[in-house]
Formats: sequence, C-alpha cells, structure tokens
Amino acid sequence: MADKPNVIVVGGGLGGLWATLRVVEGGFPVDLFSLFPVKRSHSCCAQGGINAVLDVKGEGDTIWEHVIDTIKGGDYLADQPPIKTMCEEAPGVIRTYDRMGVTFSRTPEGIMDQRLFGGVKKRRTAFAGATTGQQLLYTIDEQVRRLESDKELNKYEGWEFLSVVLDDAGQCRGIAAMNLDTMEVKTFRADAVILATGGLGLIWGRSTMSTNSTGAAASRVFQQGCRFANGEFAQFHPTAMLGHDKLRLMSEACRGEGGRIWVPKDVGDKRQPSAIPETERFYFLEEWYPTYGNTVPRDVASRAICRAVRHMGMGVGGQNMVYLDLSHQPRKFLEQRLGGILEMYQTFSGEDPYTGPMKVYPAMHYSMGGLYVGYEKDAKSGGMKLGSAKNHATSIPGLWACGECDSAYHGANRLGANSLLSASFSGRVAGEAVVTYLKGLPKARPAIPAAPFDQEKARQEALNQAILKSDGKENPFALHRELGEIMQEKVFVERNNKELDEALEGIRKLRDRFNQITLDDSGTKVNQSLSWARQIHDMIVLAEVITKGARLRDECRGSHYKAEFEIKCPEGKFAGSPEYEAYRERWKASNEKWLKTTVASHSADGPTIEYAPIDISIFPPEAPRDYR
Amino acid sequence: MTQEIQFRIKRQDSPDASSYWEEFRMPYAPAHNVVSALMYLREHPVNAQGQKVQPVAWECNCMEEVCGACTMIVNGVPKQACAALIDDLEQPIVLEPLSKFPVMRDLQIDRQKMFDALLKVKAWIEIGGGHDIHRHAPLISPDEQDVRYHFSRCMTCGCCMEACPQFHQESKFIGPAPLAQVRLHNSHPTGVYNKTERLHAIMEEGGLTDCGNAQNCVKVCPKDIPLTTAIGELGRQTTAQWFRDLFSK
Ligand SMILES: Cc1cc2nc3c(=O)[nH]c(=O)nc-3n(C[C@H](O)[C@H](O)[C@H](O)COP(=O)(O)OP(=O)(O)OC[C@H]3O[C@@H](n4cnc5c(N)ncnc54)[C@H](O)[C@@H]3O)c2cc1C
Repeated sequence: MADKPNVIVVGGGLGGLWATLRVVEGGFPVDLFSLFPVKRSHSCCAQGGINAVLDVKGEGDTIWEHVIDTIKGGDYLADQPPIKTMCEEAPGVIRTYDRMGVTFSRTPEGIMDQRLFGGVKKRRTAFAGATTGQQLLYTIDEQVRRLESDKELNKYEGWEFLSVVLDDAGQCRGIAAMNLDTMEVKTFRADAVILATGGLGLIWGRSTMSTNSTGAAASRVFQQGCRFANGEFAQFHPTAMLGHDKLRLMSEACRGEGGRIWVPKDVGDKRQPSAIPETERFYFLEEWYPTYGNTVPRDVASRAICRAVRHMGMGVGGQNMVYLDLSHQPRKFLEQRLGGILEMYQTFSGEDPYTGPMKVYPAMHYSMGGLYVGYEKDAKSGGMKLGSAKNHATSIPGLWACGECDSAYHGANRLGANSLLSASFSGRVAGEAVVTYLKGLPKARPAIPAAPFDQEKARQEALNQAILKSDGKENPFALHRELGEIMQEKVFVERNNKELDEALEGIRKLRDRFNQITLDDSGTKVNQSLSWARQIHDMIVLAEVITKGARLRDECRGSHYKAEFEIKCPEGKFAGSPEYEAYRERWKASNEKWLKTTVASHSADGPTIEYAPIDISIFPPEAPRDYR
Repeated sequence: MTQEIQFRIKRQDSPDASSYWEEFRMPYAPAHNVVSALMYLREHPVNAQGQKVQPVAWECNCMEEVCGACTMIVNGVPKQACAALIDDLEQPIVLEPLSKFPVMRDLQIDRQKMFDALLKVKAWIEIGGGHDIHRHAPLISPDEQDVRYHFSRCMTCGCCMEACPQFHQESKFIGPAPLAQVRLHNSHPTGVYNKTERLHAIMEEGGLTDCGNAQNCVKVCPKDIPLTTAIGELGRQTTAQWFRDLFSK
C-alpha cells in the first residue's frame, strides 16, 4: 500500500464527501480532515433545496433553461462550459442521491416533488422537507462511512488544516495540520490534496453561515501562492432574522411557497402587523417587479429591501427590518412545506410565524468567489470535459478545490438551490480529476524529500508560539467583531468607493493590530483561542482581497452594486425601442471593460489584482438581465 | 427583567483533570441564547469574582439546531445550547458537559462512540457507487417518506444517550440513536436488502435487548424522533429474524 498514491481531502461538507467518495471508488485511499465530525459540517444548514431539471410538474422544463438561468443569474461572469456540464449532470446527481436514500419530499405518486425557487419560472428544486442540506449531508456521510468500513479511508476529525507542504518546485506534497485536542502540529504526505473547506461568511462577523465558514483555509493557500478569484462577489440573502451569534436564514422557499415581503405604508404605524389592513401595506417587490414579484433573485430582493429601508426610510419601526409574511397560507400547508424553517423562527425569536409576519433583513450568505480553479473544455460538446485532471485544479500543482471555497459556476450571483448542486457536483468532478491525475503518475515515483515537511512543521509551530507568547492588548474575538463591523457597514449590499477606501484602511489597521494580539488562554489542550486567533489573521487577509476587488470594480454586476456606476434600464421600454437599444449599447460597452474574472495573488504588501477573460461561448450576453 | 445573566459552569482543564465549578456574570440583552452568551464570555473571560480566567471551551457550528455540535446539559436537561433561549431559563443557568462521554475540556466532549455505533449497525444504503445509473430509487409513498424523514433528522447529538440509564461509559449498549437508524434504513425499498445484517448487529451483546425501556430517550430528543416506537418495531423485527435464523440453520 505504501507505493499506492494517496489523497488528502480537507473538508467534509458536501464537496469534500463527494470528492472522497469518488477518489476511494476510483481505487485510491483517502485521508479526510475536518475541524469536527464531518456530519456537523455547515452543509447541514441548507434548507430550501437542490436544482435539477426533472420536470416532474410537466412544465416542459429543459436543461437548456437551467443553463441559461444559471448564466444569467450569475450576470454572465462565470465561465460557461462548466455551467453547461453541471446542469446536464444535475439530474444524475439527484438520481444518485435518491439511490443513496435521501428522504426527498414526494408527490402523491411517490416520485420526487419539485418546488419553485427564486430567479426561475419553472419548478426545478428538489427538496427534503425544510432541511435539504442536512438530508443530503447525512446521506453522503453514510456512503463515506460505508467506505470507512472497507478501510480505504482514514478520518482525521478534530484536525485543523494549516497549510500545504510545497516542494522546491512548488508542487503540493501534503499538508500541515493541528490536532485541536492536543494542539500538536503534524505534517501528512499526499500525492494530491483537495480543499473543500466551505464559505467565508464569518468575514462579515455574523452571517447566515456556520462557525466553520471563516475562509481561513482558502486564505492560507492563497498566502502560499494559490490564486483567488472574484472575492468581491458575495451574496447577501434578503431574508435573515437578526441574532447576537448569527443571522439566521429564512429560506427563499418562504417566498417560493407564497411568502410576501411588505412594510407598513405609514412608517409610524404602531399597530400589530396583523391589524394593518391590506390597503395600508406596501408590497414593494410585487409593485416594483410585477412579473416575478416576491420571487425575484436574491441580489434584486436584497437591494430592493435596502432601498425601501435605507433610502425611503420605511423599515419596520424605523429599524433595519421588513416583514416576510406567510400567515395568509393554511397552517397545514405551511407545516408540510416549511415546517422546519418556521419551527426555527419560532425557537429563536419566540414569535409565531403561522399567525403573524416574520421580521427579516439581508445578511451575508454565500461567496461566489473563491480559489481560482480551471477546467478542460470539451471541443465537441462545448462543455467541460468530465474526467480531465484539469477540472477544479488550482494554480498550485497537486492542489484541487471544490465546493463553496472554489470560484466556479456562480459568477456574480448564485441562484437559489444551485450551490448544493455545485458543491456536490464539483466534489464529484474534483475527485474524478484527481483519480485521472493519479493514474497518470509514473509507476516508480521518486521519493519525496523530508526537508519541506520539516520546514513547514517548524514554520507552523513558530506561528503558534508567536501567538501564544504575544502579550499585546488586542483580543482576537474583539478583532473579529470589528472586522465584521467594517464589512457590514462598508462592503455590503450597496457599495461606494469612498466607503471601500475607508474599509481598506480599516482592514489594514486590523492587520497591524493583529501583531499586538494577546490570548487569554494558555491551555495546552483544546485551546480554541489559539485556533481562532489564527483564523482571524487569515480572515483579515481575505477581507482585503474582497474589498480591494470591490474597490477596483467600477460597475454593477450581480451582487456587486455601486449606484454611481449603474446603467439604468429606461422605464417601460423594451427591446426594439430606441431608448432600450441605447441602453443595451451602453451595457455592452461596459461589458467590454468589466466582463472579466478578478484574479488576486498574494504579496507582502497586500493583494495584487489582475483580470482574466471569461468563456462566454454558450450564451453570449446580448441583453442585460431583466426581472421586470 | 434581570440586568444580568448569571452562569454556573462545570469546568475541567483537560481529559484527566478533575472538574470544578465557576460562576460568571454578563450584562443582560434580549434574545440571547446560551451560545451567544458563551461567545460574550470568551471575549470577556472574567469570573463572577472579577478574576481573569481561561475562556470556557465548548463546541458549536451551525447555531440553528441542525448540526448537533453544541449539545450540553443546560439546567439539568441535555439540549442544544444554541436553541436554549436565556429568557426561557431560570438563573443562575447551570451548564455541564454531557456526562456519558469523555470530556476533552470544559463543555467539550468526544462523541466518537456514537459514530462508531453507526458503523457497526451499517447505517447506510448499499449502492454500487456514486455514479449515475440513469435510474431513481424505487417509489416511496409520501406517508412512508414522512415517517422516514422523522428518523433521518437525527443529528447524532447525544441527548438521548445522555438520558438513557443503560448507556454510559462502561456499558456496551449502543444506545437509542443508532438503533433508530437501523429502523430508518431497514424501511428503505433497497435498504431492506441488508436488513438481516443490521438486525444481526443489534442482536449481539450491547444491542437491542440491553434497552431497559425507561423511555427517557424520546422525551429529550430535540427533533421529536419516535425513538421508542423504533425500538418497539425493531423488537418485532429481531424476533422474526431470530426465528428465520433458527429455521435456516
Ligand atoms: C443557512 C444556509 C442555507 C442554505 N440553503 C441552501 C439551499 O437551500 N440550497 C443550496 O443550493 N444552497 C444552500 N446554501 C449554500 C450551501 O449550503 C453551501 O454552499 C454548501 O453546503 C457548501 O458546502 P461545502 O462542502 O463547500 O462546505 P461546508 O459544508 O461548509 O463544509 C466545509 C468543511 O470544511 C471543513 N473545514 C473548514 N476549514 C477547515 C480547516 N481549516 N481544517 C480542516 N477542515 C476545515 C469543515 O470541518 C467542514 O467539514 C445555504 C447556505 C446557508 C448558510
């Protein structure tokens, strides 16, 4: 076995578990690393569902429409060949999940049910009650446990990935990781490493994400030379409830199942919401977007809410909140369709969403950006060539990335229910890419020298010691809160260059203050402050990447919005009218300049940013997105 | 309304150290839960006597009661700390680690035993691989899916294990949560093909017959999983299996 190439997968959400499954099934052993038992990964939070064209409702849904919705949803910023292949493969991913035993919700006939989600007109979203992510995660976790019983898999749960080990040629040869019980640093060898470490919502302090979503792991490889793309594209979910520890998501499914967003027409209205008559409610999404109404895509909804609250001053009770109302729907229907979500609202707010509206506001929810990954284009189909070792490869040879920590598929904005799909699919693809790569390795492989491993271990231990010994006055948890405040204030739904400059300055100050850190914890076991402090450092680094990308991008695209550079659609005008055509031309000219991937590289004085072309061969942009 | 939130926390510095109690106070704010309060305390690790102490260690991830990580004993009841609203709790709020698992530090415990049990009972559906075979699973009625969904929401959090008098660090009993997973997988149209193996796994020492029928498990399950119903059904399944084994010898 010693001579058989082996793989390290870091992360056990949907991405990492799919990658693990495919590598082991491809005949190679895996060491799987995760901060905690993989079953507790953030993927379990996903509520609403997963997209695939199955057309169980007989609406004539087609894969082509899924492709177009994804491309347009992402405001054309994503490379199109991988999108095409993902949408084509989506039904197969769902069928496989079905065979694995996912408790998908059923129609009376016993087939999988599908529901409507934002940004699309057809019912394309498969779901398992209101805990789809949990159900998918548990099922793939079970499949991976099946492999564990065959001993092709070792789990390192309770280990934190610290860095990749690079040889003199810059090839990834393994990783350094820290045991979170004993704080011991160790290095591990591997012929290929797959990073599947999830999103980075905690850079905004509080978000809809879990504590594992710090982006620290991606930041670490970024600092080791891996390129990072489209950091400025962060999706703000329009409807989250406010909390001290987290901003809990109220799924888009609430709007899909008939939820209506409104505020009282009279800002000073002190009545209970249920006592406010229909005529005195302002259903602003329905008014502004008659075709899609409450199911406009997330970026549109988030901005509309900010417009109503910030610009028009119409937030409920003058505060940062609006109503999300389901109380007009029958209780039984709501229990069946949204039981889990509404239960959660009740648990965490103490209020009853069956009889009155919920109070919500936008929150950081998903990062479209991430480690820049490649793919091989299939000349015949125009899609991605499945099985190619180039798919999901990062710019560090020997390192692949999948799941939310990569930058593929979603461009400038992700469609609802498309990321459980991309996390699963990209995990599968990355796993298969690595299998191809390993099969292509020469039979007799030269021995890997020990020096890079010893050096990396020493470097990581020194970093730990520096933090443990530092006795400044900065508290790592307070630094995180301050970072969150900057991002929430200045790098949010609506952006402007003045505030982005201020944010960059603030972030740089935090970076300096990090050197004055002090830990209140000197424990040698389960020292969570040490692990957290290291993550804070790496979050600050990525925050700068995100903010600099946003500062440089002078346009509006998907989730990235600067009012100053908005090209406004002439009201009431459509294709063919001179006003609309002039608008289209301005939009095209702007695309010439900005329809490019932002690619960041690390340097000692902060990130440097370049732009890479996008493959738009499948559906070239001819008209701006229009959700009127 | 109180102006303060008061805690009494059972602490332990390392796996083999002895435990001790420490009290904490923090300013009151509406809508705190135990996790958000512990977050405040780790940023301000000062005990009620005003002494600077090491921050309390505990585990959490999702903060919305779906990952199971933050399970601890809150005022005597095992539950998810994130879903324990301060306004609903009597003070001082007493926090203890689950007692049926090894403590790593403070409120952080090691529940590996529960995952080992899932391995032992083969809690999965056997499939030929994660590739598409262009077919779905067989049809499942909405009613059956509804029942299965109850069982499939088990977070492996350990509340039921904590409440079970038969499950403890020295006992061999695998406990209620893994048993319910046998019920879940035996009812799947293809999962049923491996029913015999799963039943044999729970007919061994430490299996189903070690259940003392105290019915505590079902009372503390945060997801209302019908654990005792599952155990009852498995009783009938194992009896039938016992006869089948007898006659096929
Ligand atoms: C509240 C919420 C609801 C959502 N609902 C939907 C939905 O309905 N539909 C949809 O399509 N998408 C949804 N999403 C998005 C989707 O859930 C995520 O994008 C997806 O699950 C990410 O999966 P992942 O495998 O990339 O990462 P994760 O599930 O976050 O897993 C990350 C893994 O990496 C490990 N890890 C991280 N850092 C380290 C480290 N340093 N060392 C070792 N291990 C590490 C963790 O332990 C974990 O196992 C939702 C997201 C949120 C926040």
